[in-house]
Amino acid sequence: MLNFVWLAMMLAAVVCAVITGRVDAVVSAVTDYAKLAFEVALGLTGIMVFWLGLMKIAQQAGLITLLARAMQPILKRLFPEVPVDHPAMGAMMLNISANMLGLGNAATPFGLKAMTQLQRLNQHPRVASNAMCMFLAINTSSVQLIPTTAIAYLAAAGAAHPASIVMTALLATLCSTIAAIVAAKGFARLPRYRIIKEDE
Amino acid sequence: MMINGAILNGLSNWIFLAMVVGVPLYAQYRKVKVYETFVGGAKEGIAVMIRIIPHLVAMLVAIGMLRASGAFELLGAALAPILSYVGMPPEVLPLALIRPFSGSAANGMLAELSQLYGGDSFIAKLAATIMGGTETTFYVVAIYFGVVAISRTRYAIPVGLIADAVGVIAALVICRWVFL
Repeated sequence: MLNFVWLAMMLAAVVCAVITGRVDAVVSAVTDYAKLAFEVALGLTGIMVFWLGLMKIAQQAGLITLLARAMQPILKRLFPEVPVDHPAMGAMMLNISANMLGLGNAATPFGLKAMTQLQRLNQHPRVASNAMCMFLAINTSSVQLIPTTAIAYLAAAGAAHPASIVMTALLATLCSTIAAIVAAKGFARLPRYRIIKEDE
Repeated sequence: MMINGAILNGLSNWIFLAMVVGVPLYAQYRKVKVYETFVGGAKEGIAVMIRIIPHLVAMLVAIGMLRASGAFELLGAALAPILSYVGMPPEVLPLALIRPFSGSAANGMLAELSQLYGGDSFIAKLAATIMGGTETTFYVVAIYFGVVAISRTRYAIPVGLIADAVGVIAALVICRWVFL
């Protein structure tokens, strides 16, 4: 899927550039964004290092097991293939909590950690497991309780009650998260997405 | 709905600090060697980042090309008649389209729309609600699967896009109901 998406994105860019006459801009975008990607990665490294360090402390102190136990009833249903005490559960839970609190910077390190842990449970190392797809579904549906950045932009533009979007955003994100979970559970059963031997 | 933005911001600052300071404090109480443990865990972060750099470059270059080509404006113009039929302001469409690809681009568009139409306008509030209900699907899928070198992502992308589409539609319906 990623192979196809990546090619389609670049191909569409070239076709659109010809139509809009922006071939020059597309050419310079290649180098600009390659450079930008590395800068983003560099900026992320410090944050990644910090949060993984903090996570280790929380783990050693037994905080993560404690939290994972508290959320066990929900997690068990969402990720039936993952044992409750597995480190993947703790990392996923931290990622989802950080996303809910709007700590996007902290969410990414926990999410990447969760993926490496889920990969240890994965029996087909080249193919995404059901647990990974469910985790991604929750992640890509946004579970942020309070969209602080969006509120800040509205406030900057002189909104009288910028926080009035808290309710609407919460309802919208609830709809998208439910849709994502239902879709992920449904798609897992489709023959099209069954894991087959040739995949490996 | 009289929640004050400054109070919310203050609250998230305190939640943040409570995590950063509270976790080591509790760990110290549980007799964990906090500093050594921190450094030990933090080291893993560098290896993880090195693994995702190629994926970040591949994805961001494709996104950058797509943005520079004017593809989002073209698609927006093509979809405008359908949008006005369902009551969605066409101004918001480019943001909804770019959101799965790039969070910073979408944030920039939100800032622009808020400045242009005012922070209290329906357009700005709808755009802000869409930002809250959707996520940068392609970016997340690329780096999360990148770190474990998985190329067969199965239904992760379709599910993410369904979630984004539902988020946009829900935002439209809810905003029309609350703000109009």
